[in-house]
Amino acid sequence: MKAERVQPGDAIHPGNPITVNRYGPAARANHWITAVSLILLALSGLALFHPSLFFLTGLFGGGQNTRAWHPYIGVVLFVSFFIFFAQLWRANLPTRTDVQWLSHAKDIIGGHDEKLPEVGKYNAGQKFIFWAMAGLILLLIVTGVIIWDQYFGAATAVQTKRYAVLIHSICAVLIICVFILHVYAGIWTRGTIRAMTRGTVTGGWAYRHHRKWLRDLAGRGRQTPAE
Amino acid sequence: MMDSPRTAVSNPPIQPMDSNLGERDLIRRSATASLPKPERQLTPVAKLIDVSKCIGCKACQSACIEWNDTHPAVGENVGVYTNPHDLSENMFTLMRFTEWVNPETDNLEWLIRKDGCMHCSDPGCLKACPAPGAIVQYSNGIVDFVHENCIGCGYCVKGCPFNIPRISKTDRRAYKCTLCSDRVAVGQGPACAKACPTQAIVFGTKEDMKKHADERIADLKSRGYANAGLYDPPGVGGTHVMYVLHHNDKPHIYADLPDQPKISAVVQSWKGVTKYAGLAVMGLAAAGSILHGILGKPNRVTDEDEEGAEKLTSNPSATDPGADGHRPEERV
Repeated sequence: MKAERVQPGDAIHPGNPITVNRYGPAARANHWITAVSLILLALSGLALFHPSLFFLTGLFGGGQNTRAWHPYIGVVLFVSFFIFFAQLWRANLPTRTDVQWLSHAKDIIGGHDEKLPEVGKYNAGQKFIFWAMAGLILLLIVTGVIIWDQYFGAATAVQTKRYAVLIHSICAVLIICVFILHVYAGIWTRGTIRAMTRGTVTGGWAYRHHRKWLRDLAGRGRQTPAE
Repeated sequence: MMDSPRTAVSNPPIQPMDSNLGERDLIRRSATASLPKPERQLTPVAKLIDVSKCIGCKACQSACIEWNDTHPAVGENVGVYTNPHDLSENMFTLMRFTEWVNPETDNLEWLIRKDGCMHCSDPGCLKACPAPGAIVQYSNGIVDFVHENCIGCGYCVKGCPFNIPRISKTDRRAYKCTLCSDRVAVGQGPACAKACPTQAIVFGTKEDMKKHADERIADLKSRGYANAGLYDPPGVGGTHVMYVLHHNDKPHIYADLPDQPKISAVVQSWKGVTKYAGLAVMGLAAAGSILHGILGKPNRVTDEDEEGAEKLTSNPSATDPGADGHRPEERV
């Protein structure tokens, strides 16, 4: 079984419609922690990014609290994301199909999945989101620690902090864009959100969007894997 | 009365008076887009520090501590005169002592520079500050921190070309020299200038201070300091704390006083193009998603898809692998 297509816990359940396990309870709980932290970080970070958004500090109990909480939430996001990363990186390695898939840009945007090559558990778009998030979160945690004056203020020179805060803000803008893309793709591709809430998708969803993944699962038998 | 005191030397008026420096005199306010133009322009003031007259007595530091009611901890002697070792939230001004051997004369020169906020005309701290009204600039040139608005983020530290602001470890707010804005507001000069026994520190209008500096520089030049000059760096639009330096060609010998200070290009791009382009990019991403959602059809799973899944799961080998004949997935 190819690791990038099927993961431990993925399984088909017969029924009407067929359902397919995509994420277990622990992975889902962790993803919710990642999601909530990213939203809180975006809100508190944007408050300090542009004066017109400073009012967002009200959500956190004022500017002092916003400044104090933001880095702790960042640590939560970092830990939670990289637990996720350890589970998913193998399934997100690029394949040749990704290039073919990406060459159908019009069909991707138009939602003509029937014209796209079959893909495994993740398509090239999802892989892009995964690696973009991983890279940006790494950059954000490193630059964030450098400008976390409460604990690391004395560790670096002012000039280092200047670069850190610039990189931190650029990465933050990019990760918010990736986040928007991620959330929108999940909403636009109907039937996806239940993978985040219930952990399962319908057989039709898997057949339409990740047929190779479904095929691999089916080839392995309908039962929960023995291993 | 005059809008600002003209000297720190004279005794202050003894009758109670209202503050003559307030919100209406602000010409800049941090993180504030539209600030009403003040109705009056105060006379620009300045403090002039003549390092050639300084005897290193630290009366200015004592006066600063006393007036601002700060409580620096008792330090330890590490073999230098500079005490405390750095500026802090409790020490807004610091005499920095440098032992410098003049290569031309081979003489040891003991350089003493009173460090502290320079009150830049183009203040980097204010530019970097994200909290509305935490840093303000009055039309007389004083740059002041408004502590109740400060969020303790330390952006001012990154914005400052002179490495002046310090964040308190107890209340997490930024502190620095106020140019005794609370004294100036009621017709008195800064405490340090008032205390200075040799008048190495003098205070008045910026114009008067420049004239006074000219006299001092002429005097220094007549004594052989050919490079004596006024430190009023144009890179930050000039400052409202100026130095007379006997070696104005190399300010850095005075405990790393920047030769050509200006707001860091990194800070400029962070607070300039990044801020505006960033908002635009995030806005475009959101707008693009919404437009695609409105104009395009949602990507729905069809009945055929469900039937396909049925067929595929009941007999996986029967279906053609790859709808358009692609070979099974291969690793790159």
